[in-house]
Amino acid sequence: MANKMQKKSPTQEGLSRRWENIRRNWYKFSRNSLSIIGLVVICIILFFTIFAPFVSPYPESAGKFINFYEASQPPSLTHLCGTDAFGRDILTRIFFGCRYSLMMGATVLLLIVPVGVVLGLIAGYYRDSWLDIVIMRITDIFIAVPPLILALAVCSVLTPSIFNAMLAISIAWWPWYTRLVYEIASSLKDEFFVQSAEVIGANKMHILFREILLNCLSPILTKMSLDMGWVILIGSSLSFVGLGAQPPTPDLGSMVADGSKYLPDQWWISVFPAFAIMLIVLGFNLFGDGIRDTLGVERG
Amino acid sequence: MSKPLLEIKNLHVWFKVFGGILKVLDGVNFTVRSGEKVGLVGEAGCGKTTTMKAIMRLLSMPPAIIPKGEILFKGKDILRMNRAELQQIRKEKISMIFQDPTAALNPVFTIGTQIQDAVRFSERSGRKMKKDEIKARAMQVLKEVSIPDQGRVLQNYPIQLSGGMRQRVCISMALVSASELIIGDEPGTSLDVTIKDQILRLLKELAKKHNTSIILISHALGTVKNMTDKVYVMYAGAMVELAKTKDLFAHPLHPYSQGLLASIPRLTGGGIGEGIDGHIPEYINPPKGCRFHPRCKQAMPICKDKKPPFFKISENHEVACFLFQNFGGDCIDK
Amino acid sequence: MGKTIKFIAKRLVFSVFVLVGLSMLIFIIARVMPGNPARMALGARAPKWAVERLREEMHLNEPLYVQYYYWAKGALHGNFGISLITRRSVANDIKEFFPASLELALYAGIFMGIIGIVLGTISGWYANTWVDNLVRVISYMGIITPSFVFAIFFVLIFSYVLEILPVMGRLTPGVVPPPSITGIITFDALITGRFNVFFDALKHLLLPAISLAMGPLSQEARITRSSLVDNVQKDYIASERSCGIPERTIMFKYLLKPSLIPTITIYGLDFAAILGNAFLVELIFNWPGLSRYGMNAMLQKDLNAITAVVLVLGLVFIIANIVVDLTVGYLDPRIGLGTERNGE
Repeated sequence: MANKMQKKSPTQEGLSRRWENIRRNWYKFSRNSLSIIGLVVICIILFFTIFAPFVSPYPESAGKFINFYEASQPPSLTHLCGTDAFGRDILTRIFFGCRYSLMMGATVLLLIVPVGVVLGLIAGYYRDSWLDIVIMRITDIFIAVPPLILALAVCSVLTPSIFNAMLAISIAWWPWYTRLVYEIASSLKDEFFVQSAEVIGANKMHILFREILLNCLSPILTKMSLDMGWVILIGSSLSFVGLGAQPPTPDLGSMVADGSKYLPDQWWISVFPAFAIMLIVLGFNLFGDGIRDTLGVERG
Repeated sequence: MSKPLLEIKNLHVWFKVFGGILKVLDGVNFTVRSGEKVGLVGEAGCGKTTTMKAIMRLLSMPPAIIPKGEILFKGKDILRMNRAELQQIRKEKISMIFQDPTAALNPVFTIGTQIQDAVRFSERSGRKMKKDEIKARAMQVLKEVSIPDQGRVLQNYPIQLSGGMRQRVCISMALVSASELIIGDEPGTSLDVTIKDQILRLLKELAKKHNTSIILISHALGTVKNMTDKVYVMYAGAMVELAKTKDLFAHPLHPYSQGLLASIPRLTGGGIGEGIDGHIPEYINPPKGCRFHPRCKQAMPICKDKKPPFFKISENHEVACFLFQNFGGDCIDK
Repeated sequence: MGKTIKFIAKRLVFSVFVLVGLSMLIFIIARVMPGNPARMALGARAPKWAVERLREEMHLNEPLYVQYYYWAKGALHGNFGISLITRRSVANDIKEFFPASLELALYAGIFMGIIGIVLGTISGWYANTWVDNLVRVISYMGIITPSFVFAIFFVLIFSYVLEILPVMGRLTPGVVPPPSITGIITFDALITGRFNVFFDALKHLLLPAISLAMGPLSQEARITRSSLVDNVQKDYIASERSCGIPERTIMFKYLLKPSLIPTITIYGLDFAAILGNAFLVELIFNWPGLSRYGMNAMLQKDLNAITAVVLVLGLVFIIANIVVDLTVGYLDPRIGLGTERNGE
């Protein structure tokens, strides 16, 4: 092999290759117009969510507010989505409701991903040991029931609040990450690169986190992007039955539920929050699909 | 000289990918005569499989584009055939053996199902065959490729067979649907060397027995040496040399062929030969003129500008290299 | 055949273990809550001594594992305690409400499977044409819409606007239900030959089942489509084409079967979505099913009922998964056959 002149230091080489990788991934991502649409939708939602107090037309509507003169107005130029039975502006409440939804999604994921992933790594790497058995059996127990049911059950025994809803969803959702990572980690455990790291004497943390985890990143990232939408969906299902945010806090699910009493005459009270939910899920779904296609995760 | 069985003329194949167009095949010319065994050598990525897939129209048309060229089978252009004619070619005349026998067999169907379907649909006269006829023919063809216990193999799934057996099954399926030409894409490459040898011998016998032409693709020169009558050397999407096998190995003319042969380690000692400096070009931005010129130690100014046509050195030896432009004789192609 | 039986047996044993673990989990969760179940059962006005007495009877003052012991003992005999709401044995409640949910889940599941696969297959065969794009857009809509939105939407359109389908309960008031053989009205009606009842029940099933099925159906369609698109590029398809096998056979047989494997694999998860979302749909359509019963139990902190409902739903889910795994094993010979090999 011919010796080449080293033009850059190894770190610089590594960094520039990483940058090149990011740019290539971005190119791949951006080729798919649907993924870009997803990203745009998310950005728009984020914008309105973060700046809700500033951009919403009637910020008071997000709290305790009554204005019977303007109650139950259909969508008009002053109230783009109409008002509800208390006279609160629905568009504003949607913005604030999105806040809670996104916060719920982010918090739940932030909680369960580290826990689930670490457990999966440990169980997979120490495959066939008692660690594996204990962790995976516990995971199996949690997975035995459909997640919405478990979340409902947990939620119902606690006082209804947003925080408890987040807790409930976390309890129901974490095992899926463990299982995902377990399958990858346990199959990688016998691969040569892991064995050679062991032979060199690399410490276990390094093996788990640098070698194995890096290989799981793509599926984990994909799942996180998609899950954001699902968690918000489950959250709104919970608040639909009254187990999430309590009035007067605006929450998309409970807004749909409240509005359902007035169907079909005052349709706007339910329909616009429902659209908002769908839009959030759509955005994260498109985005997550784009991530999956870009990072090349196997389907099915 | 008999009319050629298969003639590829000036074939260009491009692929549309992220970042542009990969101009992989750049005017390929290739001829096979009846009963001939033709080898095609070149390093990984030079376009051998693409050429073969183009013959059978197995390339996915987006992203592949064929802007120019013809593929004449017995005088008719395959690229312009309609569905029915193409189907006839595939089921009766030409067939292909893929590189990886594991990937080439459908994992969720038994061997029996797959071979019997190949048999049923290859029936020449178009009449419907009876079930036991089909089964008998399937067993017969398995026997021809030296698979023992044919009855049991028919009921097996591909995953239950060893690599060598799978390769033989693929060969048997090719036999069923090819009376005139079999294209072997590196058969046996993924197998043990001894098994590979058996497979190649088998192929040779069968070709002789059924008087079928063979195109044998390989990146291993040794494979080609024993199996073929004439050899094409391919580089970066175009043929660079064509010679009778013996002649190529004795007197390689193109600098690339010389480099290839020089890099084979000799068992008789003398150490490991030197490789060829550089690497195959990027197809997105291929070098102008002769695609080998960046790596060629004997490159001349004209090589950077014009693509060399085939120059005829002797009856069965042609080189696409400007080093030989003064050799007189006809200049073939383009 | 022997292998199949062994597989089922192994899974059932495993399921028992999982169910036991699940019961402990739910038990712990249910008992952790603040509040006094005895008080809630008797009402705010009941005298303190009555509440204390009930607490004694329910063993609420004893340590957790003792409570579990009493519960488990009862459970093994089929006694899941008394429901605080209906005041009947939970086991009876389950017997009454379970068939309704089962019927709903069954029809939703069948609908989801068939329509999902058909749509996905059409989408895959005509990939990148207008047909494909249309199906993809529709399935996207299906995925992002929560079941309760579908339910409300269908109620609006088909009952208020068009007035062609009923939205309450399992049968029109006044229609006599058939004698209860399986508890599943449509089956019972067919068995006993009461066809008018059968059609009435079917009409009532239509909207709730479709609401439940829409989301998972779209998932199935998507997975089927992407699986087809991936597999069509595989070498074995090219190999079959080069052997002259006609395109029709390839599409219907050689491409379809391997592509359905991921679809069926996902079926279990999608069925979980049906079981989960049944809560909301049963609520909206006033369907007297187990999920609605469980829902009420959860809102009113009826511990025995909650535990029992979760276990029953867990069992259904486990059985569904076993069926799915068996089907996948049947379709895909690579599972379970990896070890046998024919020599060279």
